[in-house]
Amino acid sequence: MHKLETTLCDLTLKNPIITASGTFGYGEEFSPYMDVSRLGGICSKGLTLNPKEGNYGVRMWETPSGMLNSVGLQNPGVAHFIENELPIMRKFDTAIIANMGGGTIEEYVEGAALLDKADIDMLELNISCPNVKEGGMAFGIKADVAWRVVNQVRKVYRGKMMVKLSPNAEDIVAMAVACEEAGADAISLINTLKGTAIDVYKRKPVFRNTVAGLSGPAIKPVALRMVWEVAKAVEVPVVGLGGIATGMDAIEFIMAGATAVQVGTANFVRPHICLDIIEEMEAFMESQGIQELSEIRGCI
Amino acid sequence: MPCNTVPIGSNKEISPGVWRLEAPFSGDIRAGQFFMLKCPEGAALLPRAISVCDYDGETVTFLYQVVGRGTGELSRLQAGDKLTLTGPLGNGFPVEELQGKIALVGGGIGVAPMVYTAKVLRQMGKDVHALCGYRDVPFYADELEQAAGALDIATETGNHGAKGFVTGILEPSRYDAVLCCGPEPMMKAVTGQCMAAGTPVYVSLENKMACGIGACLVCTCADKDGKNRRTCKDGPVFRGEEIDFA
Repeated sequence: MHKLETTLCDLTLKNPIITASGTFGYGEEFSPYMDVSRLGGICSKGLTLNPKEGNYGVRMWETPSGMLNSVGLQNPGVAHFIENELPIMRKFDTAIIANMGGGTIEEYVEGAALLDKADIDMLELNISCPNVKEGGMAFGIKADVAWRVVNQVRKVYRGKMMVKLSPNAEDIVAMAVACEEAGADAISLINTLKGTAIDVYKRKPVFRNTVAGLSGPAIKPVALRMVWEVAKAVEVPVVGLGGIATGMDAIEFIMAGATAVQVGTANFVRPHICLDIIEEMEAFMESQGIQELSEIRGCI
Repeated sequence: MPCNTVPIGSNKEISPGVWRLEAPFSGDIRAGQFFMLKCPEGAALLPRAISVCDYDGETVTFLYQVVGRGTGELSRLQAGDKLTLTGPLGNGFPVEELQGKIALVGGGIGVAPMVYTAKVLRQMGKDVHALCGYRDVPFYADELEQAAGALDIATETGNHGAKGFVTGILEPSRYDAVLCCGPEPMMKAVTGQCMAAGTPVYVSLENKMACGIGACLVCTCADKDGKNRRTCKDGPVFRGEEIDFA
């Protein structure tokens, strides 16, 4: 067995490095720069039942050690994805995870039912989207609302399902426990933190929506703390993400209890960064005499 | 793999706030393409999209304006310091398709891609004419004139060349195609002039980018049909009439 081989639910991953939704397209854009099949897995761009053009105006603003984004879930819709983008992802010999969000429970359920018949290895449910029927409050804020959407999706999606939590949840541990009770096979966290930026010369917010999502190394300590708290509280595997940019960052998340990790914003720093992370993890294990990640997983 | 960390050759301020950086590179580069540049040890998280100003098969030259933290870090690099280059990226100008007399219109730092574009076009035996607009003091004008063979200048102050914007010295009807790079209001105006004259116009857009390779969707611009186009991958060069300028 390879040192980094990881079992996530019933999936065998070559290593615990998965690219995070929205940061890796559908894999193809990165293939000129790296052997994408060396990854543990790829999460698709965040999908919704119906196509979305995304947000107007400025979509990105760099911040100290991070970036704010306001892409607004631009995506071709679940059906288009299954027909056009999924076959492209499937060319890579790696785990394929479809990330999906929605504005209503009905949208989640209809999208998940389509993905139930698609050739994906796992569904990652993004519950950070605004709940349009309940005044825009995200599904990911209140544990009882999250329970309802996960429970309903569970009824139509028979494969392995991971629920991606927002750090903006009222109580991250209660949220994770509610999702587990509702039928999640794994929990991934964290999605972006809410942030804003102001153009002082224009005296206006940089983003049309004022609020945008903060990612990158700036959020790593927050993510690591939340992963540590959640990993202690749930039985299902936890996938950690938030600011991972080096092999040592990934090792920290494993030590905090994560089964696997996702790399997001760092993919923009240099396109083959995930391969560097894998090599750095291997070198660390070699230097520390670690044979398998299970020796250090959740060690704190 | 077109993402490499290399020691740079030189990095000099050639005009206030405008720098020229040279780095080793080998491989094909099309006129109008760009690279993502990042100081490996820098504090700026993301690389910066900088267009190719010149290339001789061994050395790629970038001209950039220092506007913030990322370009500030670039300007502090010294000969021999490491720089990570990803590229060349983007579609570039459709040089093979262009026929007849071609105008290269640059505004400010937008003159940068016109030097290599002029060279490539002239090597293909095509007839080019450069027109550049600056606020006050021209930079890289000698290099551009040498590359293009002919250059007309306009400055807002009138201290060099014609007084006013470059649009004041551009007569699109004299050309079979116009290639343009500069501030968005200038590209919008040039597109309007060219469309009125029936002259095909190509604009090279600038936008904040994260990945530069078409994955992150933060650099989209709207086309006339309301569809999002990725500046990095579908562009940076578009037909002027395709773009919905703000």
